[in-house]
Amino acid sequence: MVDVTPQSDGTVPPAEVPDVELYHPRSWWTTYVFSQDAKVIAIQYSGTAIAIGLVALVLSWLMRLQLGFPGTFDFITPEAYYQFITMHGMIMVIYLLTALFLGGFGNYLIPLMVGARDMVFPYVNMLSYWIYLVAVLVLVVSFFAPGGPTGAGWTLYPPQAILGGTPGGQSWGIILMLVSLILFIIGFTMGGLNYVVTVLQGRARGMTLMRMPLTIWGIFTATVMALLAFPALFVACVMMLFDRVLGTSFFMPALVEMGEQLSYGGGSPILFQHLFWFFGHPEVYIVALPAFGIVSDLISTHARKNIFGYRMMVWAIVIIGALSFVVWAHHMYVSGMHPWFGFFFATTTLIIAVPTAIKVYNWVLTLWRGDIHLTLPMLFALAFIVTFVNGGLTGLFLGNVVVDVPLSDTMFVVAHFHMVMGVAPIMVIFGAIYHWYPKITGKMLNEAMGQFHFWITFLGAYAIFFPMHYVGLVGVPRRYPEIGEPAFMTAPVDNLNAFITIAALVVGFAQMVFLFNLFWSLRFGRDAGGNPWRATTLEWQTPTTPPPHGNWGDKLPVVYRWAYDYSVPGAPEDFIAQNDPRPQHSAAHPDPSAARPA
Amino acid sequence: MSVILVFLLVIFCVAGWWLANQRIMSKPWLEGGVVGALPDNDVTHMPTAKVGLGVLLAVIGGLFALFASAYFMRMEYADWQAPPMPAVLWLNTGILALASVALHCAVVAARGGRMDTTRLALAAAAIASLVFLAGQLVAWRELAAEGHNLRVNAANGFFYLITGMHGLHIIGGLVGLGWTVRQVWRSQTITARLRLGVELCAMYWHVLFVIWLGLFVLLAGWASNLVAACRQLLM
Repeated sequence: MVDVTPQSDGTVPPAEVPDVELYHPRSWWTTYVFSQDAKVIAIQYSGTAIAIGLVALVLSWLMRLQLGFPGTFDFITPEAYYQFITMHGMIMVIYLLTALFLGGFGNYLIPLMVGARDMVFPYVNMLSYWIYLVAVLVLVVSFFAPGGPTGAGWTLYPPQAILGGTPGGQSWGIILMLVSLILFIIGFTMGGLNYVVTVLQGRARGMTLMRMPLTIWGIFTATVMALLAFPALFVACVMMLFDRVLGTSFFMPALVEMGEQLSYGGGSPILFQHLFWFFGHPEVYIVALPAFGIVSDLISTHARKNIFGYRMMVWAIVIIGALSFVVWAHHMYVSGMHPWFGFFFATTTLIIAVPTAIKVYNWVLTLWRGDIHLTLPMLFALAFIVTFVNGGLTGLFLGNVVVDVPLSDTMFVVAHFHMVMGVAPIMVIFGAIYHWYPKITGKMLNEAMGQFHFWITFLGAYAIFFPMHYVGLVGVPRRYPEIGEPAFMTAPVDNLNAFITIAALVVGFAQMVFLFNLFWSLRFGRDAGGNPWRATTLEWQTPTTPPPHGNWGDKLPVVYRWAYDYSVPGAPEDFIAQNDPRPQHSAAHPDPSAARPA
Repeated sequence: MSVILVFLLVIFCVAGWWLANQRIMSKPWLEGGVVGALPDNDVTHMPTAKVGLGVLLAVIGGLFALFASAYFMRMEYADWQAPPMPAVLWLNTGILALASVALHCAVVAARGGRMDTTRLALAAAAIASLVFLAGQLVAWRELAAEGHNLRVNAANGFFYLITGMHGLHIIGGLVGLGWTVRQVWRSQTITARLRLGVELCAMYWHVLFVIWLGLFVLLAGWASNLVAACRQLLM
């Protein structure tokens, strides 16, 4: 703290933060298309991610139709089914979740929440989006390429990924997939640099690290992880591209295909798995940490209570981020690894449950005796906690080698990861959209449509994925378009599969209501005002809503307190904004020295 | 994956040290604002571009650490046949070192405000880097002429892949260097902005030179000897 003599009116002199020079758009094109404003880029990222996510949603319907009613749909051949699962997984994990959390929410929220005018490298930020768009377009092109998209599974394991027997393996599918991933990683690195450096260098005066909202902590840590993890995918993709196009044998062992000896020899498919999962496991937390951060803020705001154990929450985010780099081989228990390796990775996997559990306890303790408003963001946040706990518990099963081996490659695994990194983060995305839409557009989303959307999505997700655990336990393997009734299965699951399919169709259609709501409310929604949730964080304190380019008008905000001053006893309102210079009421934290008699 | 894990350990130590200096033990809920107390700005005074480049270089370092990890893991397999090292690589290493030294001189000259020396040193660095790239191409051609093609063995594949990837990063750096050279040539005096540009180029080249040394040691096969020696010590 620097003591400065207050001016006569009690305010403090303006902060001496060097103001950044903003790029001033000159035309419609540079304002809305090739924009360097992080908020516009965020909306571009989100729109593209949601658009490609809808493709993945339709693919999941097609898969479910095949699984629920095998043999009914002629156009879903086994090859097509493999292409559907591959593209569904890849799009959802990378092009939707990663892009939406970091490119979408990261871009929108980081500058606003830390009190900056924009990202620190706006031009690079714009480039990041356009490269991401090209990556998405290359991915879309692969649907129309001869041979169709790759059907190698989202993990793209060699050798099958680049052999003729896999859809797209010897045609354009796999090449376009790898090129698209490489482009995505280059684009993401550009954006990631911005997110990290803006948090490091762009913070407003008074915004110490420990005063940052947990949303920013989550996005920041996830971005650091992504910057370190995505290069592993990059290396794997480049090497596989070499194997496929130039005939090297990095990953390809000696193979006989259709009675013919291929020119490959000596390569190691396991090497690919190590590289892939060295990216793949941190990726789970790259998606989860922003969700953790956002949900903390949603809960605190909508329960009108400060977050329980803020320091612990920050440390847990950082510890989870670091630990997630030493658990990758728990995805490879059945790859024939040394049992001691399995033991090591099972241990680290169980250790990571500790900081994660701390976070869950803290969310629950924040709710404890809070003034819980069951608004839409709160409903989605609660749904996230429940779903994440469910998915996390099955993770403890799968983290143990002896339990994982029989469950590996069954629908149980599919149910587990959909709960923990599919449904749970999507709940947060919805909650966050309902929460921040008023800031982005100035209008509230329609409550009735939102309630409908929430209940169908929440209950529907459980109707889909709870039975799927059971389907896996009785032995149904994943990645099979049709299994009939093999002898190893203890009970038939046909009816259950049909039920899951119908639930999936219903949940999918409920999302159309949500999309309709986004457009409907833009025009007919109730006016939100600047701070409809009466929240403390900086983005709600902008002089105008939606915030213009530059965010803050002519004066940068100065931060006087942390992000969670809700229901402070004695304060005139039940929240105190972060940039509110008024002293905290003495009743809030009685100073013991002041109470002592003189 | 040991190389990347060691690299990550270094990154985490740096990050941990930095975090430890950021008052992570503070209790923000007890620090209510007081009228008249203008909060500190605890953002570092380092130029933002430098912090950005530092983060980028950490990512690039991670990328090459991963290539090295893959190299070591693939090396364990029976068919591994490392190609002979083209002698020109020694020369190339020297030339890249010269580029790095030239950029260091440019930084010193720019800080001292000596325009001519800055220009000379920048031009020398750019030319040396181009010569380095040409030298790498010569090394590729030598190897190919001796029949060590990309397809013959994964070790050859790694040689072309890793040197190529490093070359691409040098080319990327040359874009930045070219931009700086243009700015310096257009300007009459050395402004703070120009000085920063020169410093950034130097920082990038130094790190890429260090990475190249690591790759050189790796591709020459000394790294594996070193690892074997370390293992023997541990056993």
